[in-house]
Amino acid sequence: MKAAGCDVGSLTSKAVILDEGKILGAVIIKSRARPWDSADEVMNLALEKAHCTMDDLAYIVGTGYGRDKIPFVNEAVSEIACHGKGAKWLVPSVRTVIDIGGQDCKVIRLDEQGNMMKFITNDKCASGTGRFLEVMAKVLGVELDELGRLAERSGNPVTLASACTVWAQADVIQHLNDMVSLEDISAGISNAMAARVSVLAKSIGVEGDVCMTGGVAKNSGVVKALEKLLGVRIKRVRREDPQIAGAIGAALFAMEKGKEDVS
Amino acid sequence: MITAGCDIGSLTAKAVIMKDGVILAAEVIQASGHPEHSAREVMERAAGKAGIMVGDIDCCVGTGYGKKHVPFVSATESEIACHGKGAVWQVPSVRTVIDIGGQDAKAIRVDGEGNVVRYVYNDKCASGTGRFLEIIADALEVELDDMGALSEMSKETLTLSNQCVVFAETEIISLVNDGKEIPDIIRALHRAVAGRAASLAKGIGIEADVVMTGGVAKNKGMFHALENILGVTMNSVENPQITGALGAALFAQDMLVMNRKGSGAAHNGHPN
Repeated sequence: MKAAGCDVGSLTSKAVILDEGKILGAVIIKSRARPWDSADEVMNLALEKAHCTMDDLAYIVGTGYGRDKIPFVNEAVSEIACHGKGAKWLVPSVRTVIDIGGQDCKVIRLDEQGNMMKFITNDKCASGTGRFLEVMAKVLGVELDELGRLAERSGNPVTLASACTVWAQADVIQHLNDMVSLEDISAGISNAMAARVSVLAKSIGVEGDVCMTGGVAKNSGVVKALEKLLGVRIKRVRREDPQIAGAIGAALFAMEKGKEDVS
Repeated sequence: MITAGCDIGSLTAKAVIMKDGVILAAEVIQASGHPEHSAREVMERAAGKAGIMVGDIDCCVGTGYGKKHVPFVSATESEIACHGKGAVWQVPSVRTVIDIGGQDAKAIRVDGEGNVVRYVYNDKCASGTGRFLEIIADALEVELDDMGALSEMSKETLTLSNQCVVFAETEIISLVNDGKEIPDIIRALHRAVAGRAASLAKGIGIEADVVMTGGVAKNKGMFHALENILGVTMNSVENPQITGALGAALFAQDMLVMNRKGSGAAHNGHPN
């Protein structure tokens, strides 16, 4: 049986096509202005990769911020549920999931079976979300995915005075004017980002194996800064791209639903 | 007896010169990167307006975020205390002062003598400060000073769903792309900023009379939005931006009076 998950986020959209427990195709695109356009595009690309068509899919689950606007899904499931499920599939021992997306941050605690016990999310403030990094990369004039590498080469990270994206941006501009190296500023940005996320994570408690999902999980500077602040080792997601965790979770839900429908 | 107050803010520097309890001159300039230069410049200009020399000032008190860098002051005083004192001098019946500056917002409860009873402030988050208005003015390509008048031309009520400046900026750009009118967007923005300042102020309780100070109070749209959200009629002051500097000049006056009341008692006396 084949099933699919489609995660339409604020910055990127992801689709995963599953055949039982195996990923046939997974695609990440930049989101378009309209969620349904993003959904159509990413789904078609994933189907192409998986060499199948919409008719081959028993069930499709949508998730992400645009989940209610995807025309072709059988059901929309919350991001929290999908990220929890996807993370459990990627790292079976995981009990705490830290997901940092383009404009939000979630921390999810799972029990041994992978059921969600509690969660906390910040989508009110840009600080501690991917948006913070995006703004800072723009100010530094570097690509978003360069930030982590730059941070790792820093010998003397700067301290940003404030968590607020607006004030931190002013700080970064000041450091640039003071001729501080991009490496040291990038490390300061990683630390500020991690500080904000760690406050959120500590508020619901960090227990057991920890993993990070979402696009920011690919920023090694932030992951390492967060490990230091939380005092734990964060398990790296290697099985698949951590950015597709939500879409994987959605596809796993779709697979379960598809089987229920058959039986 | 000539006294002065110098308020070095993040965006502007303000100076007030008083003689025997009357304002001789007030000046507001854009702050440069160097608080010391801003302080000298604004004070020289104010002195010029007052027709005196800076050297004629008997006592000057500094306040504001750059107060430690003002070279010519006899003492410094907190912004909270200065705003409270300056507001009561302007509107004696005031009990709550809401001050929205370029990078912060404060709410101050004062007693009849202008002493601070309680206060709360936000300088951690740009939302609810003048910076929010500045960033959106830039994004909309309108002048900050025109925003009040523009908002009064609004016909349709829009609501911003984001409190965060960064997210609100994106939301506003999509409102523009959706063909929404600039005046309507600006009015929605004023309500958002006012909402944020109001929830700060409600944290310490609002007691009438209420006065709004700081540069943002010059924006009529913001003033009315805050009145609506708080459900009170606020008092306006002629030049809300100089309230802190005025309070500082009044503290300078108190200091002089104290010192002149016999040097022996000066060390035991309280400045207030």
